[in-house]
Amino acid sequence: MIDFIGHYNYWIVIFLMMTGFYIVIAHGNLVKKIVGLNVFQTSVFLLYISMGKVDGGSAPIIAEGITAYSNPLPHVLILTAIVVGVATTALGLALVVRINEAYESIEEDEIHRQDEST
Amino acid sequence: MLLAFLAMTALSAARLNDLFAVVMLFGIYSLLSAAVFVSLDAVDVAFTEAAVGAGISTVLMLTTLALTSRDEHKTRHGAPLALLVVTVTGGALVYGTFDMPPFADPGAPVHQHVAPHYIEESPRETGIPNIVTSVLASYRGYDTLGEVTVIFTAGIGVLALLGSGRRRIVPVPPPDSPELLSRHPVLFVVTKLVIPMILLFALYVQFHGDFGPGGGFQAGVIFAAAIILYALVFGLERARRAIPASALKLLMASGVLLYAGVGVAGMIAGGKYLDYNVLAHDPVHGQHLGIFLVELGVGITVTAVMITIFFTFAGRADRP
Repeated sequence: MIDFIGHYNYWIVIFLMMTGFYIVIAHGNLVKKIVGLNVFQTSVFLLYISMGKVDGGSAPIIAEGITAYSNPLPHVLILTAIVVGVATTALGLALVVRINEAYESIEEDEIHRQDEST
Repeated sequence: MLLAFLAMTALSAARLNDLFAVVMLFGIYSLLSAAVFVSLDAVDVAFTEAAVGAGISTVLMLTTLALTSRDEHKTRHGAPLALLVVTVTGGALVYGTFDMPPFADPGAPVHQHVAPHYIEESPRETGIPNIVTSVLASYRGYDTLGEVTVIFTAGIGVLALLGSGRRRIVPVPPPDSPELLSRHPVLFVVTKLVIPMILLFALYVQFHGDFGPGGGFQAGVIFAAAIILYALVFGLERARRAIPASALKLLMASGVLLYAGVGVAGMIAGGKYLDYNVLAHDPVHGQHLGIFLVELGVGITVTAVMITIFFTFAGRADRP
């Protein structure tokens, strides 16, 4: 039972990761795929932050009367990763917009069909 | 409990076909994950996620939907196979978690390596209470420089993909035109009240990041969010007039240059690249100065890139 609670966070992370993965491979819509990638990405963020948590710890800002702090290193890594993530998402969406202008569709099947017919 | 909500939101986002609803759910999902980050003591991360995920990415995705189409085809290719792959991978990963130390265990290997050094020594070495800021800007300065460069590159990429082509010149309606006011009076007035506060808050986050949660990344995103709000309510053309695109391009580059320049300044002063100890008469002051300048560089670049990305996306919609 202890084991169940001990790994609950990680299991949710895996569930989210797999949901994102499923969206990416099973859906043909390009915007949906990017949403899927973002869900996947957030699950990784959650994994890191979960690992950084320490029992009885506080946020890693030095203050009087606090002895235990959570691990600041994962926070740093994920903080920057989020902003980099939105920048790359924007790049992906820009590609989607260009694809839509060229093919007038953002469905994978439709794009493949047009490619084959030419 | 929050995590369960998170899982449900992700699942419903996967099932829906209306992309508008999916994007809205994604915004909720981001806000929920920000709440989870707070409960896991990662206040800086939660801050960023709330501003980025629930704010900027949602706006960008909505703009993309406006440029493309809103409905998704119902066809799935190889859904059973995909489900199988996902289940097997997920099962393998769950099996893998049994080897991991239990959640929040202080004895876990992650907490044994460099983290104790950061927690115990950083107040003395850098004089900055927020450990996240000192690790971000000082101990791991190289990483952050790399990340700022990635953001800069992404901004350039978006410009290269979507920035081309001539824009249609849209006449700007005068500021208090009855036409604009009568359409959305509440929105108009509230936005006018809120924007200065958001900008002020962004500056506070930027310069108070050494002591409380905050820093260049968050401040940049919040600052950009205020400008995006302005553009959404008052029209893109007016926002472009307030902040010309050429100035944004200059700012994008100057933030990265400021960061890299601090490193070079350290070298000139006789230290290693990005060594702040030599920047002032004593190491702690040097660290203060270095971290301040580096965070400023980060803030400038992030703001400029986020605004540029939004302007470029929204400008695409105006093309004839």
